[in-house]
Amino acid sequence: MFGDLKDGHIVIVGASLAGLRAAEALRTEGFTGSLTVVGDEPHPPYDRPPLSKQVLLDKAAADTTGLPMRRDPGADWRLGVRATGLDPFKKRVVLDNGESLPFDRVLIATGTRARPWPNPDEAALDGVFTLRTRDEAESLAERLAAGPQRVLVIGAGFTGSEIASACRERGLEVTVAERGPAPLVGALGGTLSRLAAVMQLNHGVDLRCGVTVTALRGDGNGRFTGADLSDGSRVDADLCVVALGAVRNVEWLAESGLAAGPRGVACDAGCRAFNMYGIVTDDVFVAGDVSRFPHPLFGYQMLSLEHWGNAVAQAEVAAHNMVNPGPLQRPHLAIPIFWSTQFGFNIKSVGVPTYSDHVVIAQGSLEARRLAMVYGYEGRVTAAVTVDMAKSLDYYRYLIETAAPFPPPPGAADRAIAADVPIPSDVPDPKGLSHGPTVALTGYLPDRRLTVVQPTG
Amino acid sequence: MDSDTLLARITDYASRPDPYPLYAELREAGPVVRQADGSCLIGTYHEIAALLHDPRMSADPRSRGETTRKPPFLRLDDPEHHRLRTLAMRPFGPPHSPGRVDAMRGEIARLTEELMGSFTAGRQVDIVDDFAYPLPVTVICRLLGVPRQDEPQLQEWSNALVAAADVRPDEDPTERVRAGQQAQIEMGAYLIDLAEQRRGHPTDDMLSAFVNEPDPALRLTQEELAQTAILLFIAGHETTVNLITNGVLTLLRHPEQLDHLRREPDLLPRVVEELLRYEPPVHIRERIPHADIDVTGTTIPRGTSVVLVLASGNRDPMRFHEPDRFDPTRPDNEHLGFGGGIHLCFGGPLARVEAQSALGALIPYLDTARLVEDPPPYRQNAMLRGPRHLSVHL
Repeated sequence: MFGDLKDGHIVIVGASLAGLRAAEALRTEGFTGSLTVVGDEPHPPYDRPPLSKQVLLDKAAADTTGLPMRRDPGADWRLGVRATGLDPFKKRVVLDNGESLPFDRVLIATGTRARPWPNPDEAALDGVFTLRTRDEAESLAERLAAGPQRVLVIGAGFTGSEIASACRERGLEVTVAERGPAPLVGALGGTLSRLAAVMQLNHGVDLRCGVTVTALRGDGNGRFTGADLSDGSRVDADLCVVALGAVRNVEWLAESGLAAGPRGVACDAGCRAFNMYGIVTDDVFVAGDVSRFPHPLFGYQMLSLEHWGNAVAQAEVAAHNMVNPGPLQRPHLAIPIFWSTQFGFNIKSVGVPTYSDHVVIAQGSLEARRLAMVYGYEGRVTAAVTVDMAKSLDYYRYLIETAAPFPPPPGAADRAIAADVPIPSDVPDPKGLSHGPTVALTGYLPDRRLTVVQPTG
Repeated sequence: MDSDTLLARITDYASRPDPYPLYAELREAGPVVRQADGSCLIGTYHEIAALLHDPRMSADPRSRGETTRKPPFLRLDDPEHHRLRTLAMRPFGPPHSPGRVDAMRGEIARLTEELMGSFTAGRQVDIVDDFAYPLPVTVICRLLGVPRQDEPQLQEWSNALVAAADVRPDEDPTERVRAGQQAQIEMGAYLIDLAEQRRGHPTDDMLSAFVNEPDPALRLTQEELAQTAILLFIAGHETTVNLITNGVLTLLRHPEQLDHLRREPDLLPRVVEELLRYEPPVHIRERIPHADIDVTGTTIPRGTSVVLVLASGNRDPMRFHEPDRFDPTRPDNEHLGFGGGIHLCFGGPLARVEAQSALGALIPYLDTARLVEDPPPYRQNAMLRGPRHLSVHL
């Protein structure tokens, strides 16, 4: 009686990791209908983690990071075409070439783009880059290979820190400007951010924390020459990478009536999109960086994760639920995991470090530069971050999955002396992750609390 | 039968050809199965995996009160383990020597061809003595930098060491342990001497890399070097022999899979992975908890000998669909063949290359081959399980 779910027409908007994995999974799940994948870049799906690492180090060319296909999804690929709208009444995805693609079910996997420098004139200076796409990585790698005098990296989150690391490995002078007190502080909290700062300083990074960049300067011929900082100082540099995080690609959904806003497209645990009234849709699904979904281990907050593993896991759940009826549908409950390599260190995270009030160093030490930091919220383990101790991650994932008490039990042979003394995790208040219930529900900003969508035609 | 005798029955030589029914009994009685001698047996996949990753579990025999010298890194805990494993890894694998194992492919293929020179239709060969044994021994000798002619002597020492580490509940281990200690001393002295000859005259091998490390902070002491080299020699071939032999035996017992493999040679890496699940070389590892540990409601007191039956976990129906079926196309084959956690097999990448090369070369010969004896005679060791001989009529 549900056989028709395996047939019909499915459109996937977004041809990156989540889009590709969903397409493959749809076929694995027995979908025999027609499948269209829309992507705004001209390239077939490619992998992003190498772009800020091997590609910038010239160890891999940007065009070699194509994602392997585990099976041919037999899709009609529309690459280099941008979706500009989704009409939930006519069940069509509108493209910027005027075409409109009919669908029975649609998957939104449009991901994010690099947050641009806010001043467009300054952002347009030659030598100012962002890093998100393959083309951006290719151009940046070329400029790094040309041997700039100094690189300015704005923002010391994971991407900014990886770029700075690659620059140092190439022997380039680099200045990092970070608004917070230390690198990675927003993602990992105070203790590990201090280690991150030491790592950068030891590798010769000119690290400026507690400052913002107030202006990018050009030479009058449109070439970037340096930047002014909020502390009154000036950095002379001939290359600038703006690493201020990501913007979710949701603008095309503005008139769709979906709960799509700056924080992503809200969906339920089954990847089904909410409309702006908080009512779940049956035929619109979401996966990957653009989604925000409730997770029971983290207070059912609407999490939005820019993680490789989340894109894969969520895409597979979305694909499964697109072709299976309610009773057979699955929730997306994967424990968030991400990793970064920088300054010779391997950093891996499991859980949600920002969903915490205290931390302990459970194994190893800051001095040894090898440790497992465990995060707790209201007395239970919610996350762990390892530095050069990745093989311990599974253990901590198990503690998170089972809501084990925080701090974790004693007994590890390399247990740190301070392992019984929780210290504040120094992250933004976890209660703020969702930014309040109203916005959580609609995704819109509070001044747009209600919008009436009129069916047209 | 009582489940508290399972370890004795598993290690009983009579069980060697087919321990799998005992493993099924273990999983039924599990997940924590107390033995009469006070140890605990664990045979279910998820519990084994969790304990392998648990930093409270010690690999060090001194954790249960055994007095012994400092063991090699295979049986040390972090942070000591990490330091020694990392130093051993530097000349072997990524990030410092990323191409080392891959660069041996050509040589392994040549060795394979050489060993099969006498394989002709109608002949009877012993897969163990004529092939599966000499291949990894030669490879590990080259890798370490041990002259081929000294190999029989190393072999003798190695046999004594392996026997000393065997679990035989009904036997007095005194003499085996004494012989093992003697072998340890002699083999260590030999390897240190060999390494010293390379100081300042490096050849492209691991012993040379160890003694010519320029950074004093990254050097092994002489004792550490001896122990590490002994460990690499033993672990570098004891297991691979069984992997290759078990592979031939399993393929001959599953002609349909052999046929499948012949038609689709690209399946070879997955055949090796499935072998590591279905007939793994390492069946049992021991761990000792540093604290009282709860395993699905049962408390294992600190200091208890916890016997993880990896090969049983590999056949756990709670983890693998139809676990007793040999199926190389199996998806999601995250087996315990290389263990897991911080002690995850160091030589896994090399073992894979050797097994793929060896089985790939043998496949054409297995077309018409038949087993002379099934089951074949097995080696004594229950932890490192494999046939002592595997006579095949080509």
